[in-house]
Amino acid sequence: MPTLLDFRRRIRSVKNTQQITRAMKFIAAARLRRAQETAVSLRPYASGIREVLASAMSRIENPEQFPALASRPEERILVVVASGERGLCGAFNANVLRRAFEFLRDHGDKKLEVITIAKKSRDAFRKRPWKIVGEYVDITTKADLGKAGEIAGEVMKRYEAGEADSVYLIYNEFKNVMAQTLRVEKLLPLDRAALVESEKHDKNAPPSSTADAVDYIYEQPAAEIFNKLVPRYVEMQIFRMLAETSAAEHAARMTAMESATSNASDVIDALTLHMNKVRQAAITREIIEVVSGAASAG
Amino acid sequence: MADTFTLEVVTPARQVVREAVNEAQIPVRGGYIGVLPGHTPLLAEMGTGELTYRVGNRELSCTAIGGFVEVLADRVIVLADAAELASEIDVPRARAALERAQKRFANPSDPNVDWNRAQAALERAQVRLQVAAKAGTSSANAAVTASGHS
Repeated sequence: MPTLLDFRRRIRSVKNTQQITRAMKFIAAARLRRAQETAVSLRPYASGIREVLASAMSRIENPEQFPALASRPEERILVVVASGERGLCGAFNANVLRRAFEFLRDHGDKKLEVITIAKKSRDAFRKRPWKIVGEYVDITTKADLGKAGEIAGEVMKRYEAGEADSVYLIYNEFKNVMAQTLRVEKLLPLDRAALVESEKHDKNAPPSSTADAVDYIYEQPAAEIFNKLVPRYVEMQIFRMLAETSAAEHAARMTAMESATSNASDVIDALTLHMNKVRQAAITREIIEVVSGAASAG
Repeated sequence: MADTFTLEVVTPARQVVREAVNEAQIPVRGGYIGVLPGHTPLLAEMGTGELTYRVGNRELSCTAIGGFVEVLADRVIVLADAAELASEIDVPRARAALERAQKRFANPSDPNVDWNRAQAALERAQVRLQVAAKAGTSSANAAVTASGHS
């Protein structure tokens, strides 16, 4: 039978935990707000560059001369997996990693290489058989365009050197505070149909008049512009992945800490009830002792 | 044909302009192009410069640095690396950047200087000060005159 003191100790310990989870919830909420702003303010640019790229692609005469458009037989696949930086955010990391492992197993007959984004993904892949060709950590807490450029440069280099025939991104997309969507996206080679499709899904996208196949005037050779547009696009897609992951991670942590805080309240309530019962039992016992002592003395 | 088109200036960080305008002067890499509604579709790389646009009788301007521009009949999308409205320009910072850049050019034999970067920095600072000056910030005016004399 636990004594009154045991209960007090346990309640105090749960309260301390609750304070920590509550603080973490507030921190996550504050970071979420910033991350969400980044993700949202990125959208006009991201949809703009998609649109420009899609219409530039439709006007290119000989697509096979551009590596970004030529689809080679898919023998070597580069997979970029973005997880969260830390734990204590529910199933956030587990979900994205499980999806990544699934994807890699499904393509087990190909030559696979992985770039890991953030600590959790790095740690998980170090224990697995797949070849890691790039590791980036301390990156999703706050999405940074410079870092995105670095990763994009590495991805483009591998793709253009023929070390990868296609590039996929696997990450959590921020849907709302309660839910994340797992995304598996093909980054390269570029697929016009997919570009137009994702444009349609984007509710932010204004009505576009790119559909009519008017000839462009180019201030510079088309190929030159296209070759500059593609790296920029890849950079933006990676930046978007970082921004989405960041927002989703903070949202997941906020939700997880919210429920941890309320669970702690439940535990405290239950413990307090027990404690009061024990206290009352002790008082009753003392009264009985006093009464029976008085009776025997009398 | 409608007498306006939609001008959008976006950077990775945010949307700077989204407005129905009558006319725009856009700094592309080889110089400025003037765009009126119904312009032939065009795709170009952006330079560094002042993007001026007219809404009715109002002349407005912003800086536009790098990126791409797509011109369509009813719409112009500027995907700039950086852009800011005149009111958002940090004049003291731009002036400091200008001075730094000018100092680099004062010593043309310095092997440690990346001249392309220095040139780009100089252009950025000049454009920012120019746009701010036009918007009537007196301190910026002073800065531009001063740099003209040096």
